[in-house]
Amino acid sequence: MGEQDRKGEAMDVLDLTAVELGRQIKAGQVSAVEAAKAALLQIEATEACCHAFIQVDREGALKQAEEVQCRIEDGSLTGPLAGVPMAVKDNLCIKDQWTTCGSKMLSDFHPSYTATAVECLKQAGAVILGKTNMDEFAMGSTTETSAFGPTRNPWNVDHVPGGSSGGSSAAVSAAMCFYALGTDTGGSIRQPSAFCGVTGIKPTYGTVSRYGLVAYGSSLEQIGPIARDIRDCAAVLEAMAVWDVRDSTSVRRKEVDFTQALSADVRGLRIGLPREYFDGELDPETDSAIRYAARALEGSGAVVEEFSFPLVEEAVLAYYVIACAQASSNLARFDGVKYGHRAEGCQKLHSMIKKSRTEGFGEEVRRRIMLGTFVLSSGYYDAYYLKALQIKTLVSQAFARAFERFDILLTPVAPTAAPEIGKFLENPIRMYSQDKYTVSVNLAGLPALALPCGTNRRGLPVGMQMIGNYFQEKTLFRAGYSFERMRDYRKPDIGEVIRKGKSYSKGVKMATVEKGKG
Amino acid sequence: MMEYNPMRDEWIDEIGILAKLELTGKEREKAKQDIAQMIWYIERLKEVDTRDVEPSFGVLPVSNVFREDEIIPVEDRDAILANAPKLRDRAVVVPRTIG
Repeated sequence: MGEQDRKGEAMDVLDLTAVELGRQIKAGQVSAVEAAKAALLQIEATEACCHAFIQVDREGALKQAEEVQCRIEDGSLTGPLAGVPMAVKDNLCIKDQWTTCGSKMLSDFHPSYTATAVECLKQAGAVILGKTNMDEFAMGSTTETSAFGPTRNPWNVDHVPGGSSGGSSAAVSAAMCFYALGTDTGGSIRQPSAFCGVTGIKPTYGTVSRYGLVAYGSSLEQIGPIARDIRDCAAVLEAMAVWDVRDSTSVRRKEVDFTQALSADVRGLRIGLPREYFDGELDPETDSAIRYAARALEGSGAVVEEFSFPLVEEAVLAYYVIACAQASSNLARFDGVKYGHRAEGCQKLHSMIKKSRTEGFGEEVRRRIMLGTFVLSSGYYDAYYLKALQIKTLVSQAFARAFERFDILLTPVAPTAAPEIGKFLENPIRMYSQDKYTVSVNLAGLPALALPCGTNRRGLPVGMQMIGNYFQEKTLFRAGYSFERMRDYRKPDIGEVIRKGKSYSKGVKMATVEKGKG
Repeated sequence: MMEYNPMRDEWIDEIGILAKLELTGKEREKAKQDIAQMIWYIERLKEVDTRDVEPSFGVLPVSNVFREDEIIPVEDRDAILANAPKLRDRAVVVPRTIG
């Protein structure tokens, strides 16, 4: 078989969703090793251009694929995701594997344990290809704050993939893996999913154990899947939604058979459109794509209604106060003593700690730690942090009132499609205000889904968000699945990505931190 | 955008002490501007009427999550210590702590 035939076969495998691939592997039509090799070939072809990964573990992935294939053949692995190659955001610990959080601070860190969510997927037969790029310590909305260089959007490499799970979203979008894990503290699964034209869900707070997730905003964040479609998201979430004694915020959920909710039936589904989310800042193309989607759902029997939802801007302020405060506490552990970057040439411990932290953290992380420290400090705690927690209550109450009338809320994910690289880096406030459609969901702890609903004139994906009530992921999946049956989904032109990569690879600063050198 | 004043030196020093960060030169001047801008941004929180509103510390109605105090042996001490920048006889070496 010639090289061209092999490449053609590899592309066919890459066209499959995770669940479709799992089915074919189970049926013996393709092996886990063949799927892993196809994904690795795709990474070789596109990574120079996209930079979705911080680390690709080629040997490890092929070894895992062989082991998983044996277990599938002997009948010990029977789940829908067995043998499917995937990627993990680099703030999730994998035992003995380099875990950097996109930071110089952890550029040579190897955890001694694996995150529960990753462990669940390994038990389900996942083949882990590598760790994906991210904004440093998950602080950012563009994946430009990574110490290892930015990720580029496979749809247009002059544009960001979003953040902070930009690497995971780009990897799924460019068919470098069949699904990936992301984390969402203020929109970091949903926004990059929208920017990269893929599907992602932040589950209800407490659904997925945070053990092994390097903490940023502990009361806000959840791990979730980023995948090609709703079925894949449902299958991955189902595998990870377990109660964990090692996470005191983990919830014992009863009905987590999310894949059973996939019916294309929205008759009688009450959908609310928050009027304040469709304001003058929303790009007209995004606005019309979402309203078109709303009309499509209405045409299938859903009941769609606009309503008033307050506190949009105030939620962003409250989010950043709370997230930065919690970050300042969570990142206090990074001091260069037992692990992480240690500054050289210090005679005293205290100086060493300050210098290690100042050198190890990037500008955005330092900014957020300082703001967080300020709002928690004596004399300011009540005015800022406690005030923000009060606004958090008001936001939760507003959602509670909304869910008395509606089953899901339909909203934008971001004011525009993916912006150009470099646009927001020098203006953090402007970047923060772009998160106004996503942060309220984290403040309330609700589940929310992002899925593609079109492309704009520049060919960039437009995504929409569906927000559900607590523990109502099944309702979200049903609505999203129904909409998928209606839309015409266009995957990125991978050939174009590869062609552009050849002209970009010389100009792109791929890594500003080398592995092992803090 | 409204004018805001860069943060005073003593404020950035105080935050630096609490946050264990030591910025100098251009980075320090930029941080003074950035933090002042961020504080100006969040000032609008004060305009929201939160009288009689309880602050939310957690999102879900779970509290007092306890477990049995069982000792679970740690078997991967070497793996944990392997991340230490400097070791001597399984103790982490750091610069002088006193004086």
